[in-house]
Amino acid sequence: MSSLSATIQGVFNEPGCGKNANKSEAERKKGCTKQLQPGGAAGGCAFDGAKIALQPLTDVAHLVHGPIACEGNSWDNRGAKSSGSNIWRTGFTTDINETDVVFGGEKRLYKAIKEIIEKYNPPAIFVYQTCVPAMIGDDINAVCKTAREKFGKPVIPINSPGFVGPKNLGNKLAGEALLEHVIGTEEPDYTTPYDLNIIGEYNLSGELWQVKPLLDELGIRILSCISGDGKYREVAYSHRARASMMVCSKAMINVARKMEERYGIPFFEGSFYGITDSSDSLREIARMLVERGAPGELVGRTEAVIAREEARAWAAIAPYKPRFKGKKVLLITGGVKSWSVLAALQEAGLELVGTSVKKSTKEDKERIKELMGQDAHMIDDMTPREMYKMLKDARADIMLSGGRSQFIALKAAMPWLDINQERHHAYMGYVGMVKLVEGIDKALFNPIWVEVRKPAPWENPENNWQTKAILQLNAEAAELAANPELAEKARRSKKICNCKSVDLGTIEDATRAHALTTVEGVRERTNASGGCGACAGRIDDILASMPGLADMADIPTLAAVE
Amino acid sequence: MAKITIGKKACAVNPLKMSQPIGGALAFMGLRGAMPLLHGSQGCTSFGLVLFVRHFKEAIPLQTTAMSEVATVLGGFENVEQAILNIYNRAKPELIGICSTGVTETKGDDVEGYIKLIREKYPALARFPLVYVSTPDFKDAFQDGWEKTVARMVEVLVDKPGNLARRDATCVNVLPGCHLTPGDIDELRTIIEDFGLEPSFLPDLGGSLDGHIPDEFTPTTIGGIGVEEVATMGYASWTIAIGEHMRLAAQAMEKKAGVPYKLFDRLCGLSPNDDFVMFLSTISGKPVPVKYRRQRGQLIDSMLDGHFHLGGRKLAIGAEPDLLFSISSMLHEMGTKVTAAVTTTQSPLLERIATDEVLIGDLEDLETLAKDKGCDLLITHSHGRQAAERLKIPFYRMGLPMFDRLGAGHLMSVGYRGTRDLIFNLSNLIMADAEEHHEPAPDTWRTPSELALETPAAALTH
Repeated sequence: MSSLSATIQGVFNEPGCGKNANKSEAERKKGCTKQLQPGGAAGGCAFDGAKIALQPLTDVAHLVHGPIACEGNSWDNRGAKSSGSNIWRTGFTTDINETDVVFGGEKRLYKAIKEIIEKYNPPAIFVYQTCVPAMIGDDINAVCKTAREKFGKPVIPINSPGFVGPKNLGNKLAGEALLEHVIGTEEPDYTTPYDLNIIGEYNLSGELWQVKPLLDELGIRILSCISGDGKYREVAYSHRARASMMVCSKAMINVARKMEERYGIPFFEGSFYGITDSSDSLREIARMLVERGAPGELVGRTEAVIAREEARAWAAIAPYKPRFKGKKVLLITGGVKSWSVLAALQEAGLELVGTSVKKSTKEDKERIKELMGQDAHMIDDMTPREMYKMLKDARADIMLSGGRSQFIALKAAMPWLDINQERHHAYMGYVGMVKLVEGIDKALFNPIWVEVRKPAPWENPENNWQTKAILQLNAEAAELAANPELAEKARRSKKICNCKSVDLGTIEDATRAHALTTVEGVRERTNASGGCGACAGRIDDILASMPGLADMADIPTLAAVE
Repeated sequence: MAKITIGKKACAVNPLKMSQPIGGALAFMGLRGAMPLLHGSQGCTSFGLVLFVRHFKEAIPLQTTAMSEVATVLGGFENVEQAILNIYNRAKPELIGICSTGVTETKGDDVEGYIKLIREKYPALARFPLVYVSTPDFKDAFQDGWEKTVARMVEVLVDKPGNLARRDATCVNVLPGCHLTPGDIDELRTIIEDFGLEPSFLPDLGGSLDGHIPDEFTPTTIGGIGVEEVATMGYASWTIAIGEHMRLAAQAMEKKAGVPYKLFDRLCGLSPNDDFVMFLSTISGKPVPVKYRRQRGQLIDSMLDGHFHLGGRKLAIGAEPDLLFSISSMLHEMGTKVTAAVTTTQSPLLERIATDEVLIGDLEDLETLAKDKGCDLLITHSHGRQAAERLKIPFYRMGLPMFDRLGAGHLMSVGYRGTRDLIFNLSNLIMADAEEHHEPAPDTWRTPSELALETPAAALTH
């Protein structure tokens, strides 16, 4: 475990991570000790994250060391696509039983590796550590090492027991495993000045193939894509690339940054969602490759391709613009997608009424503000009922979100489009943008909505559940409006820090009582922002909105009096 | 009598099995206003959640005690406490159902003890329905989790009638196995009600995961049987258990409330349904309604029509024991040869399956067996799709998860009508496969050796 905690510490020290860089040294040491809230948490674990990040390596056997829950409940549920091997879709697990829990599962793991090699002979095996074997002390590093020596084949330990943290940490632990055991262990047959790594791209629904033809046309070779449609060997020799593009996700920032540090491969963060972002990314790729020794004419050729593709895409989107006039979109998605998709939608002439920023970083939010203006409607946390009301009040005509919240829209008889990882449509690059617009059009103008919103013929339309739900919400709002005391209470009870469960009232009181002016101060007094830190911006806003604090600084505070 | 073999592999490849705790969680979803809670790390819950969302295409209530590394080592009292309080305050459920996982069982958390402490500490929770079931991931399978959970619900939630209590002759309890879909439950409800009886289903997925449009958004389950109705189940005249794995719960009911039980090990096929309607007729004192006489005729007709297509087929089937028994028995009666049978966990049913051998194994085993024995029909859950593709044989999805087709909740295999539909679906699948892949061509009936001879001869003539 000690090596695992060292790895985790290392990940938290990641200088490329904006969230970390903003913390004090002491805070950084604590890492992302975001305590998940029992009974109020959702989302995957570190093991889930590690598996998501690496499973798109298609020719690798992914062996899950643990009880049946970890693989049996979850395998074959990702929509990444492969151009070759399909071994990644095979579920391998040691399915440990009671006896293993008592006597240890290392022997079973070793035998499992042996069986896989005998039966499937993949170029490499990735072994995922899960909670139970970690608890009973199974040393997967040692087993993998022995197996590696015995069978002469890469057997890579991925130390990612679920309880060490959330999905995002798992992504990074997966990256660490690649850095430690895979990257730089083999050499490519040849190299070119046009060799590019793409990091943090998973080829969901085969989206990478919407962009790859353009790179092919420009003569840019994807030396390694980590990990979408990737092959083990490609990752092993990825250290010979000239530049890297980190695809719109901080999930594998550690890989990009450490490859820069170790092998001098510069990277930039880009996105292939949306027309402008795609063009910017192509431009940046060309610029970096030229900087690293590719002939300068690449830039010109890239511009020509961009001009052609943009013209094509705009032409394809143009007919939709009048149809979309006045149509409003509610976007509920995580992280970086909130701005990369946002840009794309605006290009199609849609109006954005809100976007979630629950998982977004500070920079993400800045970009959203750039795109939507200062009064951008950023939603931190929305209850299903609020989402529903938003849709129902026609403040939005369509919701774009991940699969989990789809039923809020669908059950409210509102159009919905899946833009999360389980989706079956590809929306990348210029082609994908047109696909997304087509998808929205198909959803918005489907005659089904008229049908399904019709009340049953025997039903009193005044009394159907949609009406009731709205009435209920309106009644609550009216009650608040009529009763300032209650309204104030409701206002004050708004949760600001979700990790530590701190509400607005607590923060305001502490700020006033102790004349706090900084997020750090608020954290010391209330514990708010003591977890993931995502609420720091909100607290900043609260501090800014409380007048007269600067004058109060001279007044002796309670603390000083004490 | 089938021989039962337990797979000896160290590595399960393409698991057929799912874990116990999510089997238990699904059982809790058949209660109204319930919040199932898995005591384990976050992934334990998230994997189950995604699985059920993909299968039912519904919002699924499922919570986690979010065990961290430290909590796991030190014990999860605080996490269980906080989870219960958070759920109680926020979701306002009528019941919280707690299942343990591999993580918390390895550590050995005494959750019953925790619950006792929590009830003492918080008077509001003193009588609040909290049902705990021990379901380690590293033992048994999905079906076992369901089995234990339903038995536990009976033990905890059913009232013990007093000595002078009168039994209600029209009330019957129904304990459906996890192999029954919400559609099956609705069908059974209709049948039982048609005999003038009032059934209480425990659990009742029919009302909760049947694809309805809810009246309002709640974080807990909607529909299903209410806690207070479960309490009155002790006054019923009979318990009908469907599936061998419901025997435990039926016995618990008998032990606690003295309700006699009748167990139907399956309700797929002609004769089990004959037994079923006759039993209902007997306990209700009513003749079998004309509707079911007609349906019986339709089932027989479908069997006659279907036997041309299903008869002689070599079936490869992978399912949990009760589903395996139910479907394979019916198909055996249709003349299908159950050639490869793989299941997930032990059950007294296994040796009664109409085949030579039942293997407790995974989908890799099923695929290998199907290939070796030349099977020409595959039935298993959606994960069998890759094997079917490689085997190039028709594939029918049954069981959970069914994530790549719609309507999983409404597929029926019980009653005369459900059996009839299943026979038609399977027969049509085979017909479509014959049209698409087995249309005769000039060389269809030549043996491979004849074809081999042909080539040089043909070359000579040129």
